[in-house]
Amino acid sequence: MGSNRDWQRSVVSRLKSSRQLPRVLFVLALAPLMWGAGLLASDLVQGTRYLGSNPIKELEHFTGKWTLRFLILSLTVTPLMALTHQGWLIRYRRTWGLFAFFYACVHLTIYFVLDVELNWADFGADILKRKYIAIGMTALSLMIPLVLTSTKASIRRMGNIRWTALHRLVFATVILANIHYWMSVKRDIREPLLFALIFGVLLGYRLRAWWRERAKRPGAGSAALAKAPTA
Amino acid sequence: MIIRRTPPHPIASSEITPESVYLNRRQFLEEAGLLSVVALAMPSDLGRSRVAQPQSAYPTTMGSDLRSELTPWDDVTTYNNFYEFGTDKSDPAANARTFRPRPWSVRVEGLVKKPADYDLEDFIKPYKLEERIYRHRCVEAWSMVVPWLGFPMADLIARVEPSPSAKYVEFITLNDAKRMPGQRIPVLQWPYVEGLRLDEARNPLAFFAVGVYGKMLPNQNGAPLRHVVPWKYGFKGCKSIVKIRFTDREPRTAWNLAAPDEYGFYANVNPNVDHPRWSQAKERRIGEFRRRATLMFNGYADQVASLYSGMDLRKSY
Ligand code: HEM
Repeated sequence: MGSNRDWQRSVVSRLKSSRQLPRVLFVLALAPLMWGAGLLASDLVQGTRYLGSNPIKELEHFTGKWTLRFLILSLTVTPLMALTHQGWLIRYRRTWGLFAFFYACVHLTIYFVLDVELNWADFGADILKRKYIAIGMTALSLMIPLVLTSTKASIRRMGNIRWTALHRLVFATVILANIHYWMSVKRDIREPLLFALIFGVLLGYRLRAWWRERAKRPGAGSAALAKAPTA
Repeated sequence: MIIRRTPPHPIASSEITPESVYLNRRQFLEEAGLLSVVALAMPSDLGRSRVAQPQSAYPTTMGSDLRSELTPWDDVTTYNNFYEFGTDKSDPAANARTFRPRPWSVRVEGLVKKPADYDLEDFIKPYKLEERIYRHRCVEAWSMVVPWLGFPMADLIARVEPSPSAKYVEFITLNDAKRMPGQRIPVLQWPYVEGLRLDEARNPLAFFAVGVYGKMLPNQNGAPLRHVVPWKYGFKGCKSIVKIRFTDREPRTAWNLAAPDEYGFYANVNPNVDHPRWSQAKERRIGEFRRRATLMFNGYADQVASLYSGMDLRKSY
């Protein structure tokens, strides 16, 4: 047991101080995009059928789901930190969040370029008439202030409390993104349900932490709110 | 994202030589007892080529003008909505491979003078098979052009003689979760039910298909018998039909029951009436890069618009 612990500790300390880890994670995070691009290239050039008969829809779904997966990764960091007492993990919270935004942008671009065919009138009509598009747009827009204030300098400038409060917007993004997904599905809701359950656990963790904090300090709900674990 | 490694059709693998393909087919058809009825063309190029399409030996009675737009066999047989075999487009091709559409009987019942249980062979026997190249527009805003093989629905209706009180005809898919694994999950109410008004069913465009591309229907396309109504959204076509029932009441159809505000009984292709969640004005023709405008009644307005004169197509969607 003891040697096992030592071994664990040495792995953790290596990871913690590794200069390679950020690079490896960066490449891994780009892998889905490369994978998708590779399949598309193969289909176009070699006539394979990896993306099936409707590749544009397939890529739309592919990037939408990867956006959700990166949101999950990003929201997992805080609970994981608390459970493992590994504070350094927080470095990667921003990485995952930015990648979620990146994949959402690719998702939107595919939709705008290949589905709407750069037609602004159609795009506007879709946003106004299709609730799931409007909701997706809102989910994405709410990520923009978070991206713009994702630097350490921003945290310093805004102060922890204000920064934390702002970054709670990610919960709105997550909820809207799940609704968007749910609405875009025709009938078989098993997969959106699975995503919703995972997000439910991650949001539930925050709610529970907030609730406990509040219970400890009666009458100080709003202060506790500001202190609750953040995105 | 699903990576397809399975061949789109149990016998259409490029690894098999044409001869063995031929033998397999022959065996398959003989077992099916259909060889005498559906004297199928035996194309030697059953490979997956997108260029060389299997050819049909049957007369094309409608839609020859669409021949140059035919959607490739690979797409027709791997991009399917057939929830009885799973909800992903690629599921039916994968999960229906072991389905055996034989023996098969079709029951005609309800308000008809000649109700009967037909063996599939007897059901098809009286008709001369013809090819019809139809546009196929899915409610999800994609489309194909498909060369069906079969016979007019009107011919069957004449043969079984509905009684004067019959106003509708209902089509019912096989209900057998052992053979159709998708039915283990209640995504829709099983069995799948579709229906038409009797005058719609008598329209010369309404068609029973037993084949596609001059060959027997692949399982994933609704073997051994499906119906096709090209001016309506694809879900109006019932696959793997076991029952045809004549009634005086509007049938309670599967998608209409599932989401009545989204899927009406009529479900005529109409670019001006949107699905509540997406537009129906345009469609993506499978294989094309740009989207194209959706045509009223899917381009069949001349033949069918009169069926709906005086009706508000916004209400009767
Ligand atoms: C945070 C932002 C977003 C997330 C997490 C997200 C996620 C998703 C997911 C998971 C799907 C369904 C994938 C599937 O069915 O397998 C989807 C579909 C889709 N999304 Fe998004 N999305 C976002 C934003 C947007 C935006 C801004 C737009 C466009 C303005 C958009 C347009 C679409 C479209 C057109 C579909 C396809 C629906 C169909 O199947 O026809 N999404 N999205």
